[in-house]
Amino acid sequence: MLVTACKPPEEPRYVPDSTLAEQGRTVIEQAGCAACHVVPGISWPAGRIGPSLKGFDDIGLIAGAVPNTAENLAAFLRNAPAVKPGSTMPPIPISEEQARAAAAYLYGIDGDV
Amino acid sequence: MFEALWGWPPPILDPAGPYAEKVTVLAWVLIALAVIVTLIVCAALYVAIKGPAPLKRRLGGESAIWIGGIAFPGVVLTALLIWGLTLTADLTSDITGDEPRIRVTGEMWWFRVQYLDPAGRVVMEDANEIHLPVGQPVVLELRSADVIHNFWVPHLSGKKDMVPGRTNLLRVQADKSGQFGGVCAEYCGGPHALMGFVAIAHTPADYARWQQGRMARLATANTSAGPGRQLFMASGCGACHRVAGTEANGLAGPDLTHVGTRATLGAGILPNHRGTLMGWIGDSQGIKPGNRMPSYDMLSAAELTAIARWLEQQQ
Repeated sequence: MLVTACKPPEEPRYVPDSTLAEQGRTVIEQAGCAACHVVPGISWPAGRIGPSLKGFDDIGLIAGAVPNTAENLAAFLRNAPAVKPGSTMPPIPISEEQARAAAAYLYGIDGDV
Repeated sequence: MFEALWGWPPPILDPAGPYAEKVTVLAWVLIALAVIVTLIVCAALYVAIKGPAPLKRRLGGESAIWIGGIAFPGVVLTALLIWGLTLTADLTSDITGDEPRIRVTGEMWWFRVQYLDPAGRVVMEDANEIHLPVGQPVVLELRSADVIHNFWVPHLSGKKDMVPGRTNLLRVQADKSGQFGGVCAEYCGGPHALMGFVAIAHTPADYARWQQGRMARLATANTSAGPGRQLFMASGCGACHRVAGTEANGLAGPDLTHVGTRATLGAGILPNHRGTLMGWIGDSQGIKPGNRMPSYDMLSAAELTAIARWLEQQQ
């Protein structure tokens, strides 16, 4: 009983390419995502108008709409209203590669931080 | 703004114009002299500890103090002072008045920017962004509306205080086009560390085009419409912000007539696009705590989107 109660921490669901994730972090800083979202690993700004991105790796649906996959997330970052009609998040002026890198960073966020 | 603070080469040693060039030369000469003096002191220290007895005696003698302690620093520092003041004299002196003038007023915690005509009248107002033609000196009239601020674009000039009740003149020139970060370099309370701006240098042809565009915009009626415009007015934004050609006529905050063209938001701290506009309007206190714009967190997502869309059109 005691042994089963002490469950080991869950393995991260997704381990991104660290170089790509580092590029993604730069993209997130430059695009100003943190003006609306709390983004783990980015100390400033920490806007509260959008949802916090803590534990993003454990989220099942992006904005409650589409499955949380790398392709869907990259598309969502570039043009959220096209992926989820009516989304408050506006299209973000970043390239497709930048969006992929940013998605890799967001997947690298461990839910426990 | 942040590009003013780091990067390689360091912005203070990477001049983009003749006036910054002088400051850089001065910095290198000071660094070189400091290294030489440090080496001399180290050598003297070595002699004093481990050197031969006759040398030690000479080092401890009265003449060594007269020469090394008084004459040498006196001569070197006096020469350095005269040379440094001569070198940087034309940053502020001989400002004749026929150069284009821009009045930059430091306010808590942003920069009001007013372009002046030769008669000294304000022809265009903007905020946290200064446009310059490449290869041409521009005179800045630096003022303050409240406390002491300091104007500093490391790539273009040295620092210059903005003192309440005074107008300090500073001449700047960019010799290459590009965007250069600037900061307030004098602690001015609260979110001082987030008080910045950008200086954007255009080629003369681009600058003329930019200027014509701005003047054409000011000469025509503001026909931009949409739910965002009504919401902007109904939410009271116009009490602090001005948008030329509309009933929004506030003077307390940054002029938003051309906000859609700005490179940054929040005084040089965020990139400018619809996302950051919404984030700023909705939670400016979360982004820049203590700044004088309240967070408009009572606005719904759709309302924020509408206002941001309308502001984007203010070119």
